[in-house]
Amino acid sequence: MEFSELIRTRQAQAELLSGPEAPALRGTLCVTGHHLLLSPKPQATDLWLLLLRSVDSIEKRVAGDSGTITLRCKDLRVLQLRIEGVEATLDVARSIEALSSLESVITSYPFFYRPKGLRLGDAWHFHPLESYYKRVALETDAWRLSEVNEDFSLCPSYPRVVIVPRAVDDAALARSARFRQGGRFPVLSYHHARSGTALLRSSQPLIGPKKLRCAEDEELLGAVLAGARPGAQGFIVDTRSAQTAKQARMTGGGTESKAAYPGWKRLHRPLERGRHLQESFVRLVEACGDLEQSMDQWLSRLDSCRWLAHVQEALSTACLAAQGMEREGACVLVHGAEGMDSTLLVTSLAQLILDPLSRTMAGFQELVEREWIQAGHPFQLRCAHSAFSHARSKHEAPTFLLFLDCVWQLGRQFPLSLEFGEGLLLALFEHAYASPFGTFLCNSEKERCLCEVRTQTHSLWSGLNQSKEQRKLRNPLYVLNPSALWPSVEPQSLRLWQGLFLRQTRPPERSEEVWEKVWQIVTDEKTEDSRPVVSAPEPQP
Amino acid sequence: MDHITVTKVENVTLLDHFAGKTLSNGILYLTATHLIYVEASDAARQETWIAVHHIATVEKLPLTSEGCPLIVRCKNFLVAHFILDSDTICQEVYISLLKLSQTVLFEDLYAFFYNPKSTKEMRENGWKLIDPISDFGRMGIPNRYWTITDANRNYEICSTYPPEIVVPKSVTLGTLVGSSKFRSKERLPVLCYLYKENNASICRCSQPLCGFYTRCEDDERLLEAIGQTNPGSQFMYIIDTRPRLNALANRIAGKGYENEDYYANTRFRFMGIENIHVMRSSLQKLVEVCESKTPTVTEFLSGLDSSGWLTHIKAIMDVGTFIAKAVKVEKASVLVHCSDGWDRTAQVCSLASILLDPFYRTFNGLMILIEKEWISMGHKFSQRCGHLHGDSKEVSPVFTQFLDCIWQLMEQFPCAFEFNEIFLLEIHDHVFSCQFGNFLGNCQKDREDMRVYEKTHCVWPFLAQKKPDFKNPLYKGLNMYEVLDPSTLPCNIQFWCGMYNRFDKALHPQQSMIESLLEIEKQKMLQKLKALDEPPEELFTSCHFGDLLSQHPESPLTNPLDFMGDLHALSREGGLQAQKDQAKCQCGDCPYERFEIIGSFRAISISENVGFSGDPGISEAMGASEAIGISKASSEEASCSQQQ
Repeated sequence: MEFSELIRTRQAQAELLSGPEAPALRGTLCVTGHHLLLSPKPQATDLWLLLLRSVDSIEKRVAGDSGTITLRCKDLRVLQLRIEGVEATLDVARSIEALSSLESVITSYPFFYRPKGLRLGDAWHFHPLESYYKRVALETDAWRLSEVNEDFSLCPSYPRVVIVPRAVDDAALARSARFRQGGRFPVLSYHHARSGTALLRSSQPLIGPKKLRCAEDEELLGAVLAGARPGAQGFIVDTRSAQTAKQARMTGGGTESKAAYPGWKRLHRPLERGRHLQESFVRLVEACGDLEQSMDQWLSRLDSCRWLAHVQEALSTACLAAQGMEREGACVLVHGAEGMDSTLLVTSLAQLILDPLSRTMAGFQELVEREWIQAGHPFQLRCAHSAFSHARSKHEAPTFLLFLDCVWQLGRQFPLSLEFGEGLLLALFEHAYASPFGTFLCNSEKERCLCEVRTQTHSLWSGLNQSKEQRKLRNPLYVLNPSALWPSVEPQSLRLWQGLFLRQTRPPERSEEVWEKVWQIVTDEKTEDSRPVVSAPEPQP
Repeated sequence: MDHITVTKVENVTLLDHFAGKTLSNGILYLTATHLIYVEASDAARQETWIAVHHIATVEKLPLTSEGCPLIVRCKNFLVAHFILDSDTICQEVYISLLKLSQTVLFEDLYAFFYNPKSTKEMRENGWKLIDPISDFGRMGIPNRYWTITDANRNYEICSTYPPEIVVPKSVTLGTLVGSSKFRSKERLPVLCYLYKENNASICRCSQPLCGFYTRCEDDERLLEAIGQTNPGSQFMYIIDTRPRLNALANRIAGKGYENEDYYANTRFRFMGIENIHVMRSSLQKLVEVCESKTPTVTEFLSGLDSSGWLTHIKAIMDVGTFIAKAVKVEKASVLVHCSDGWDRTAQVCSLASILLDPFYRTFNGLMILIEKEWISMGHKFSQRCGHLHGDSKEVSPVFTQFLDCIWQLMEQFPCAFEFNEIFLLEIHDHVFSCQFGNFLGNCQKDREDMRVYEKTHCVWPFLAQKKPDFKNPLYKGLNMYEVLDPSTLPCNIQFWCGMYNRFDKALHPQQSMIESLLEIEKQKMLQKLKALDEPPEELFTSCHFGDLLSQHPESPLTNPLDFMGDLHALSREGGLQAQKDQAKCQCGDCPYERFEIIGSFRAISISENVGFSGDPGISEAMGASEAIGISKASSEEASCSQQQ
């Protein structure tokens, strides 16, 4: 394997400290192409294993004849390795540095990971768009499944199939695509059967300085209103400020003018994105890791990093979109500029608020697959580095993490209405940044096809849906709640997601303990050790 | 009462600024004990009861186009924003409420005419439910080193201490008296908690009257004797919970702090918890932040920051943790004081006790702890809570902070406490409600002078019989955790929305995991009962029923009231009317039946109220209903329909 030249040393004697309260683990440290291994004894079976790709930053210090390597991981855990020998320390550090920053997809670990009990291709039969369309078709005939993007030529970041108004033909879609940045023409995100309205998403229209128009694009949005309940209005939720949207015209973008799109009313709800959002994340994690600060300093850092404000803005924008549909009977189109970050944040949260099915275990997985992965959120670019890395490109942004945080807030306010628990959200966060599974690889369906991700790697969903994982992920208190979940977005109601952000300083055992106790009460177990295996239904294909 | 010039006002609006809706057209009733708002429009009438003793301030705002606004702010953080039609009536209500809420004579406090129609014997038994001295027995005292003395029986040594105090066996009465003369308000060092495993103890007192040079042999002897009760340790800590500067300032006034040179084998530390005035203004600022309408995240966080509230909570938690670690890890005894030793000292000693001893994390434990370290050791509840119209500079949220610290611990150790948040809130309510005698007065002697034990009722039986509502289903039992070691990092100290925004329901989680789990457990218990397939009459007297219901059959305070509490859980269940009736027959002569009825009434109040304040008790409610024109029948109907 070509990794061998990057590995300076294969073995060293080391001691691992994986947290403030965890006991130290001593043994032989091994560097392999994808992993860091520590085995306490020769031929021991209980290995400690770390996926090298999950290392976000590495810091080495040598003193005397030994050294310390601090590994800050993308999942926000901090590990310390004490290694015997200065040379060994430096070699191990250099090997980890080189191996953890490899960018090639097809040599990444998911292409080598072959876990017991799973078969390749399992859960890759998961076609959320087709299955979602089946549901929509039962509710209305205003929409059709289009294969216009079969070869990814119309829009490289869309999947092969999209749901569009029945009244619009593929040729018109093609022209609308040319009028939208990156070809992301308006497609159906969610159909709200009760109000007969639809939630759509797209990218910005390419109006430019000359105020261009596109008849087919206008026709498409017209057809959306015509297909909805009679007399339905439309709201365009632009996730940029009015000024930013206007300025975008200078670079060829812009936003829909009122005159060109009759029946559609525009609302601006600026959401933070890109570099600023990443900075917010980095500063929050820094503040959470500081053990020396006073209460004043902590509160002012919590405030100035603005993370909770971003959570509030995302949730209230999603509430706005959901309210537009449920209470005002309007169709809603969401877009920002490229339409693959804050746009997805808003559409996916709005669905969670409105749609009871998306709050089930299978429904939520489908939502993530359909509204994030297939919808072309560029995971590889956005999640290349987490909060600790110094090597930062301009593409990183924790938009998906912000989504998970918002879902966590929703779960905190409605602890009985989500079928999954914090465990699933934490798992999704970890796997989005570094995973042995292929689900979050690449930036779009097109890239995943080129890399043969579906055939060469295992799906995270099949990993998570194994019965041994259920107790950790499933909410035993779940009861189907048919109504919409309107969260409170007042500052008193929003909390820091301690289970995630305080990982560096707080052992996770306590929240796991609560979870375990809840399971025991619900399943009526007497002791810790008698745990019946919970049978879990497979996700709906 | 002659304070009330208007008893009923129609066309009153109650605003709820967080829910964003207004309740239209209700009726406001003024009674001697409660301010009651009844929403007129709906079939399901919403009621808001505000105990007059809970009213902190009444504010009349200038006339607006909507009417005449009247804002009632309560000590339990309820803010009711009424709008009245007429300015003259608003003025009358305003004046009436001011007079009602500013009680001048203690005889006029609710507790002295609160009458739950219980027998004399029941009332007396109620006062016996919690006996703080019995807790020392649990610690193995008297033992080789410590003795319980009634030297203070006539409050001759210290007027703010209880008659019985625990002191080292080796000291003479003369030494105790001598030491008391050298301590502010004669509050000499006495035992608060003994950690049995290693003989390290927590003692408490007030500051020494040392000025710059004075010493006192008796005081030094007493401290030395305390040190000798812990032969395993070479030294003992003296903790002054005040900031150094405050302590220094006291020296000029002839008080101050211990000189390490005069006290052999001691280590002296300042801790830096601020005084009651700082805490009062901090809470004031916090409440303003909580009340502000739709603040941004930045406005809220910077307001929270500048209130300093969480800084103070952290400071108290830090000292509590320090003491617990000194006792557990360093095996050293600790003597704690502040100025008079009844505010900060009470906070940190009781907090350290909770950290060290799982018993204090149970219902009985917390009740005993509050009786022992707060009530009997002379925390000035009446002054700190402003029970009577008087010196507003004496008011301070010292006890509220203690409950906040317990809540912080419950957040960090969700499985370590037998009770839940509602229990804390309920206690907090009754500290201010003046419905029961426990929190009246400023010390034990005050309560005796007021004849509280003869004329009023005890709060604990009342709370004990509502235990099912206060249970923490996640509790893992007495033996699961020993000493708690909480994190006091700023990021682990949180704003307690459930307390300070308690009545803004729109801000709270809309479903509760705890409630849901309690419901599951209740159902399970019922199933078990059915499975036993025996007539309930026999069950009630058989011992295995006790085992089934009582979580701690071995605990020292298992008693009929405790038992009734669990029975109550069953009888309140709707589908079990039959079982309930049986239970009632069984308890036909049982005086506790009364409690149960009161309990059900109380449950209605909680579930139906927009905001709830204080507790009417059924007789009061009836009386009030009559006074204000709600027919007795309709009240009864309400309580009946609730039980179905």
